[in-house]
Order: sequence, then structure tokens, then C-alpha cells
Amino acid sequence: MNWSKYSAPLAFYPLAGKMIPWFSVVAALAIAVGLYIGLLVAPTDATQHDSYRIIFVHVPAAWMSMFLYVVMAIWAGIGMGLNARLSFMMAQAIAPTGAMFTFIALVTGCMWGKPTWGTYWVWDARLTSELILLFQYAGVMLLRTSIDDLRRADRASGVLALVGVVNIPIIYFSVQWWNTLHQGASVSMTAAPKMAAIMLTAMLLMTFGFWMYSIAVILARVRCVILERESQPAWSNPSAAPEVAEAR
Amino acid sequence: MTSRQKRFAFIGLGLVVLGVATALVLNALKSNLSLFITPTEVVNGEIPKGKSFRLGGMVEDGSLKRENDGLTVHFVVTDTAKRVPVTYKGILPDLFKEGKGAVAQGQLAADGTFVASEVLAKHDENYMPPEAAAAMAKAKASRAQSSNTLVIQTQ
Repeated sequence: MNWSKYSAPLAFYPLAGKMIPWFSVVAALAIAVGLYIGLLVAPTDATQHDSYRIIFVHVPAAWMSMFLYVVMAIWAGIGMGLNARLSFMMAQAIAPTGAMFTFIALVTGCMWGKPTWGTYWVWDARLTSELILLFQYAGVMLLRTSIDDLRRADRASGVLALVGVVNIPIIYFSVQWWNTLHQGASVSMTAAPKMAAIMLTAMLLMTFGFWMYSIAVILARVRCVILERESQPAWSNPSAAPEVAEAR
Repeated sequence: MTSRQKRFAFIGLGLVVLGVATALVLNALKSNLSLFITPTEVVNGEIPKGKSFRLGGMVEDGSLKRENDGLTVHFVVTDTAKRVPVTYKGILPDLFKEGKGAVAQGQLAADGTFVASEVLAKHDENYMPPEAAAAMAKAKASRAQSSNTLVIQTQ
């Protein structure tokens, strides 16, 4: 099967439409089961009691906020390397969902911080770098809308997205590199998880659910982007004339 | 190289240069990005003079004392190497406990006591049900006990 034909927006549009229901159903199931286990089955925490249950939303949202940024930057990089319209459309479609998860991670973190730390906000490295991530998403989206020429908008916001990738390892390792109020990672690739198995199960289910939700929403949004961009007559849209782009 | 390979090489090179630059900047800023100063650094005098700063570490076991007004507390923050006594007047967060982490904002007084204006609890990354925590505490206590006494259990 020739997958490369789906790099054409018009061929990808119906494929995306077919995939959305599947990802939506899986996302709804995973989030429902994850919330059930997390809120009703999992035991309370020894020191934080029930306020710890916010991690079932907070940690998956924070993970997705970083993951989606990297995916967005990769699409932007592929778009710039291959001059592929669909890649830039994917990058454009990912940004709002990534920004939403960043916002959720920040707000749930504030809600959790007050009862446990004694403050809503503190300017430690983890919290500050995550806030910067929210500004980065906003910057990428605003830069795109502020440039009328679609091809230039794609490139400019793509460069900004790629440059911003340096913040992702800073967010992730901030709790190891510097003294922060935010605790270290409970779950990592290199060490055994520092939480009870049932809590971990709920958290991973929620992460999977958020991931599938992201795919479903991003596919739906990229369909809108395709419709919006490709509906213009070809002569008014430079990105719709690939032979002109290649002749540069 | 085709122009396509050139573009990818350019993007890759740009990212590498950017990453190195960021690493250098972060290395230069290392000490300024920490939220708090450890007791060892305080005892060694590596603190901003006459300025408010944050002190972080473990609250030493058995060091927490309350004055009769019910608001003023004294405790010792330690990083297991050095200790700094802290005085604080105010409400402590719920998770503030002896043997757990805490971060205090304030100034060092002339007598070496840290006078805090705000105290935050630092939570660790361990999540476990109360039964598991109780079992671990019990195991720890029995280990400590068995080292100097013989425990004979009936039944």
C-alpha cells in the first residue's frame, strides 16, 4: 500500500474522517475507566489524603503538553524539509490542544499546590518552565495568524516551534537539575515507579485516554484546516502550487 | 546533496547549535535557577547578604517546638550534613511534618537563626495507601529495635 499518497490533503481528508470515531471511542473508554479507578477504586494517599487524586488529571495533562509540543515541532520540521503542506496543517492543528493541556496542567497544579505546599504558585524551575510552554504555544499560534501569506506563516511559526523545543528537556529535568518545590518524577523510564500499582494503572489509563483524545481532536481540526485552506482558488494560495515552491 | 537533504541538514544543525547554546546558558545560570538554598550553603556563608532568601531541606525529627502563643514555632532544617534553626510565626501547611521536606522564605538573623516569613511543605514523589505507609513505618521501627533487643513474639 502506498502511504505517501495520504500526504496530499485531499486524500488525507476522508482517511482522517474514518479514523476519528475509533480514536474517540477508545479515548472515552480509557478516560471513563481511568477516572473510575482513580477516583473510586484507588486508595487514598498516606500523607496527602484525597487531594492527591488530582494527579490523575494533572500528570497526564502535563505529559501530553510536552509530548504534543514535540510532535508539533516534528511536523513543522518535516514540513520545512519536504515543503509538505499537510505537515504544516498538522502542526497548526496540534497547537490549540497542546495549549489546552498545558493550561489544564497549570490550573490543576495550582489547585493541588494550595492544600499540599501551602501556596498556589511559586516561581520554581518546573512551574516557570511549564508556564513558558503555555506562552510558546500562544506565540506559535499568534505568529501564524499574524502573517497573511500562508506559506510564510507556516515557515515562521514552524521555526518558532522548533526553537522552542529546547524548553521541553528543561521542563522534564528541571526537578533534577535544580532545587525545586515541585517533587521529582514518580514515574520514569529508568527507575521503578514510586507509587502504588493501582494508582499507576489509573494514571497510565488516563494518559492513554488523553493521547487518544488528542489524536481524535487533532484529526478533526486538521480536516477543518484542510477545508479552510484548500477551498481557496489555487491562484490566491501560493502553497497550493507546489511546482512554484520547488522552483525557488 | 539534494536541496531536500540540505534543508533537513540545515534544520538539524540549527537545532544542535541551539541545544548547545541553551546548555551553556543553563550551566551559567545554574545557581540562580534553584528555588532554595541548602543548610550546608547557609553554614558556609554562600548566601545573599542582607537579603531575603529561601532555605530548603528536611525538618529534623524531634526539633519542632511550639511556643505558648500557639503561632510561633521553632524547628531545625537539615540536609543531614548541616543544621539551621528556624523561627516562624504563622500557620504551617498541612503537610508540614518532622522528617519531611520544607522550604522557608526569610532572612538570617545575627545569631544564626533563620527568621521565616513563609513556610511551604515540599512533598516527595512517593504515593502509597495509608496501610502501606503504616506497614513501612512498622518495619522500619522493628528493624531499629531488633538491632539491640531480641523480640519474642507469642503466637
